[in-house]
Amino acid sequence: MAFLHFNHIRIAGFGAGVPKNVVENDEGAVSSDVYSASDFVKTTGVRRRRVDFELTTSDLCLPAAERLIADLGWDKKEIDALIFVSQTADYFLPATACILQDKLGLGRECYAADVSLGCSGWVYGLSYVASLIESGTIRKAILLAGDAKRHYQVRHFDPLFGCAGTVTAVEFAQETERLCFHFGTDGSGFDAIIIPDGGARNQVSVDSFREEEFEGKMVSRLQTRMKGMDVFAFGISTVPKSIKKLTTQYNLTLEDYDYFIFHQANMKMNEVIRNKLKLPEEKVPYSMPDFGNTSSASIPLTIVTELREVISGQKTNIITCGFGVGLSWGTAAMTLDADCVISELTEVQ
Amino acid sequence: MTIDQFVENFADLFDNGGEINAQTPFKELSEWNSLMALSVIAMVDEEYDVSIKGIDVQNAVTVEDLFNAVKGKL
Repeated sequence: MAFLHFNHIRIAGFGAGVPKNVVENDEGAVSSDVYSASDFVKTTGVRRRRVDFELTTSDLCLPAAERLIADLGWDKKEIDALIFVSQTADYFLPATACILQDKLGLGRECYAADVSLGCSGWVYGLSYVASLIESGTIRKAILLAGDAKRHYQVRHFDPLFGCAGTVTAVEFAQETERLCFHFGTDGSGFDAIIIPDGGARNQVSVDSFREEEFEGKMVSRLQTRMKGMDVFAFGISTVPKSIKKLTTQYNLTLEDYDYFIFHQANMKMNEVIRNKLKLPEEKVPYSMPDFGNTSSASIPLTIVTELREVISGQKTNIITCGFGVGLSWGTAAMTLDADCVISELTEVQ
Repeated sequence: MTIDQFVENFADLFDNGGEINAQTPFKELSEWNSLMALSVIAMVDEEYDVSIKGIDVQNAVTVEDLFNAVKGKL
């Protein structure tokens, strides 16, 4: 069983960066032989997305982090850990976390590492920084999470996905509410969402670029392919169970929570999850209509775009759940205190 | 679970589901597409607490085939 809890972790703030460029999900952007753009928008809930073909995930995280650090008034030399969660790292090597340590001007006495996870990644990343802070001399840490420009791109982005890079600032606090987690993994579904070629298992070859039909779409072996039905079935069954396990383990009551921020998979899946948990609409904010599915950025991005004006200045109890590629999932329950800083959305171009 | 109830639950997902019966090859219906398949998976999860996968939908030709796939997981 993978439950974790922390008693000295304070979430100090959130920030998010997105490309300035907006792409509407009209007939031009949604090219499918099997459904229309309007059916796609109705089912997925994704009306438009932020897309840029040049900016990498770290390019989006960097200005958002600069803004949040300034808004917090933190001294950069006090930030002793940086975790970068992404599946669109700048290079195969070195780790993007090392590049970001330098670009942000953090000290050389800094713990920095990449984590390769997608939709569940922000929750996992938060457990990494919490573990680091409670285990030694690190007192302030930043978690950068998101996905943007892919390693290989053909024609256009999948209309479900948007680009975003986020930052979450975390620090040690003597007196704070408990932060608790539940995690799970089912690697038997490793190919439910996969880029088959380009890694060490299937190295890039001429065949990698050849397009083949997959679930009604033509895709190369360097593009993400998703078994939509399997991922859907996984999400609607796993998320409510993970939340129930967490609440049972720690004696939590769902009614005590102000907001439930889920990975923004697609509206149809998220609404089934909301209904299964019997959560009222107003407690479940969505950023996907305007930003799409933004992978590991989706939870902090939703906090920045949908809750910034609502919760700033007041103590807020939230439950978050990330789930998807891996298959991997993580649920976290936390309290944001009244001083938690939520920076304005940063538009990058 | 009964086949009649399953057919009713299945047909309710469609705007024009009145003609659907156990022997209907549902993928030939004009309303059928990959997005409708998600509604079927959600219905099965809600009504029968069973998680069917893409392969179950892909292998089924008639509504009864799908019923049998769900029944096999109960």
